[in-house]
Amino acid sequence: MIPAVSRREVLKSLAIGSAATSILRVIPAEAARHARQMIAAEKSASKSYAPKFFSVHQYKTLQALCQSIIPADKDAGGAIEAGAPEFIDLLTSENPEYQLILGGGLVWLDSTCSDRYAKVYLECAPEQQTEILDKIAYRRNAVTDGALGQGVEFFSFLRNITADGFFTSEIGIKYLGYIGSTFLHEFPGCPAVAET
Amino acid sequence: MPQITRSPTNYDVCIIGSGAAGGTSAKVLAEGGLSVAMLEAGPPVDPARDFKEHVWPYQLPHRGAGVGGRATVDFSEFLAPNGSWEIAGEPYISAPGTRFHWFRSRIVGGRTNHWGRIALRLAPVDFRARSNDGMGDDWPISYGDLAPFYDKVESYIGVFGTAENIPSAPDGIFLPPPKPRCTETIVKKACDRLQIPCIPARLAILTRAHNGRPGCHYCGQCGRGCISAANFSSSQVTIPAAQKTGRFTLITNAMAREIVLGEDGKARAVSYIDKATRTEKKLYAKSVVLAASACESARLLLNSKSASFPDGLANSSGVVGRYLTDSVGSAGGGFFPQLMKMPPHNHDGVGGMHLYIPWWKYARKNDFPRGYHIELSGGRQMPGIGEFADICEEYEGYGAGLKQRCRELYGTFIGFSGRGEMIPNEKTYCEIDPTVMDEWGIPVLRFHFQWGESEIKMARDMQQTFRDIVEAGGGTYYARTMPEGTNPYGIEDGGMIIHELGTARMGVSPKTSALNPYCQAHDVKNLFVTDGAAFVSNPDKNPTLTIMALAWRASEYLLDEARKGNL
Repeated sequence: MIPAVSRREVLKSLAIGSAATSILRVIPAEAARHARQMIAAEKSASKSYAPKFFSVHQYKTLQALCQSIIPADKDAGGAIEAGAPEFIDLLTSENPEYQLILGGGLVWLDSTCSDRYAKVYLECAPEQQTEILDKIAYRRNAVTDGALGQGVEFFSFLRNITADGFFTSEIGIKYLGYIGSTFLHEFPGCPAVAET
Repeated sequence: MPQITRSPTNYDVCIIGSGAAGGTSAKVLAEGGLSVAMLEAGPPVDPARDFKEHVWPYQLPHRGAGVGGRATVDFSEFLAPNGSWEIAGEPYISAPGTRFHWFRSRIVGGRTNHWGRIALRLAPVDFRARSNDGMGDDWPISYGDLAPFYDKVESYIGVFGTAENIPSAPDGIFLPPPKPRCTETIVKKACDRLQIPCIPARLAILTRAHNGRPGCHYCGQCGRGCISAANFSSSQVTIPAAQKTGRFTLITNAMAREIVLGEDGKARAVSYIDKATRTEKKLYAKSVVLAASACESARLLLNSKSASFPDGLANSSGVVGRYLTDSVGSAGGGFFPQLMKMPPHNHDGVGGMHLYIPWWKYARKNDFPRGYHIELSGGRQMPGIGEFADICEEYEGYGAGLKQRCRELYGTFIGFSGRGEMIPNEKTYCEIDPTVMDEWGIPVLRFHFQWGESEIKMARDMQQTFRDIVEAGGGTYYARTMPEGTNPYGIEDGGMIIHELGTARMGVSPKTSALNPYCQAHDVKNLFVTDGAAFVSNPDKNPTLTIMALAWRASEYLLDEARKGNL
């Protein structure tokens, strides 16, 4: 929608945006979007994201878990493409409760994998990773095996925040088919389709 | 010690607070020819800079969750600025064993920047409820007294709706309503089956250009603040109108601490803390209009102690801080499989419901007094933080299946929120805490709050009604409410609905009320309280429209009395 413009031009238009009247107001919003996309592109191009809270190893584990929770498929990218790990790292760096459950959870996962498979999670074979995830992904497993309780809580928390990260991303919102945040003269109402 | 600075100007009126009440008072008084100064405890608002309209979650590093996920507790990062349950440096206390949550917004326009825009008139019966059922008190005014001011407010701010002739929900002066969304069409059909009315909502949002403001562009983001002012906020509508007169002075970051009484027994000045310099200043005025919000106004009166008013200004009756109420709130949701078949479509609409359910059981014998209405939400709204938490909890697992399940179920839930009347009780009030102060050196409020049995029964009835409607619509009802526990039948904690009212109620007798029927203090004739403190009861109508109608009426009375030299 917006022709290729330099980042400088976009930032300039953001700065003057506040004086705009009704229809011009679209432009700062579009420009802001464009600017942020460019910044994001620069960031991912550099591939050198430095985690704010997690260690480099923990962050890699976090990325792998996020992508297992919401993988890329034929319709859309997954949690990593959606920036979920960065989002989770940012919130965790600011919240001691998140630090306990996610930071602690990642250590729990590696310790548990070491006990069971003599390797940390990332070094486990794919079948082993699936086996442990299948255990901690369901609350009922903690009922039969009490040793899984902490892991189940951790995974449940991580699943929610990964979903948050994915479904608030541009690709996640597109994947859902949300259509809106636009300028309409009239609200069209409910489209006519067969209804029970 | 900070210096106490005397302001040289003596204004006709000093208004404390810039929300629904303060904005309305400022417009009417300044347009009526008086010089008006307004004290606002927060900063100015610049909609183009401060409102997050049309921002996508991925454009914010926290995606709407706020720093450390804080906004998941405190509404959303997208909310119009400076509204919060907790304000750093400005605490309040819940008395041991009780819970009250106080939502405040320190910014020009206050809570009108983000409010739900639900603009409902009280019904004639609401003004004389005690005469009907013996509980609470009647108002000293009738529906007929207030109706002309409802007309003025609606005509001025613009409210959409339809004439329905329902006794519990009087019609107003309405702009055309927007078409219903898919979710609302389903609820309406279910309600038709159950013979429950489900009618166009009444919201202060412009469905066409009105009084120099553009019509809505249907982005569904009213709560973020509307840059084009297509919905009502006092910062963009009433305060600019006051500013246009050239007789209006707005002083921001000014935290009022006391109303100073003159030797003649009249309010003489307002002492406030200039937040920028942390010094006390005084603003002199011939009349004072308190419009700081029900509890903040009560706090100011209670903190304004003098030899003639040892229990707080205008409080010879002892009612200031008493009769505190909030709306009864309980919520639930339904999953509607027919919504899974809907193709992607624009569901945004205005920022709020297009249809609602007014109180309908007014002619029946219920096991609780008074009534409630039901607000609708849900559907294919802009995805946000927490949107899929329930689905994740229910389906568990991980992987492509979970991802697809979230997409299949996106937009298939409809939310129901009951909003009902609480009867004032002796255990619910606010007072000055004996030891705690805020960072401006001002003693803070301590709240006592307790629901009565009738409110719990009302919440139970809400839950049953939600279930009935969902099931009549072919859906499955989900509610995480228990009959027992801290929040029986899902009844929200006090303050959570943000309809706190009644803390300086009006009445005919100076012995049992703080204000006369024109919101004028019985004890101090040049002091008015035009916000929700004046309410005698808290009917199931979101209070903002009534606050504005009362403020308009009180301000016209003030103008008249000032002209006659009576103040």
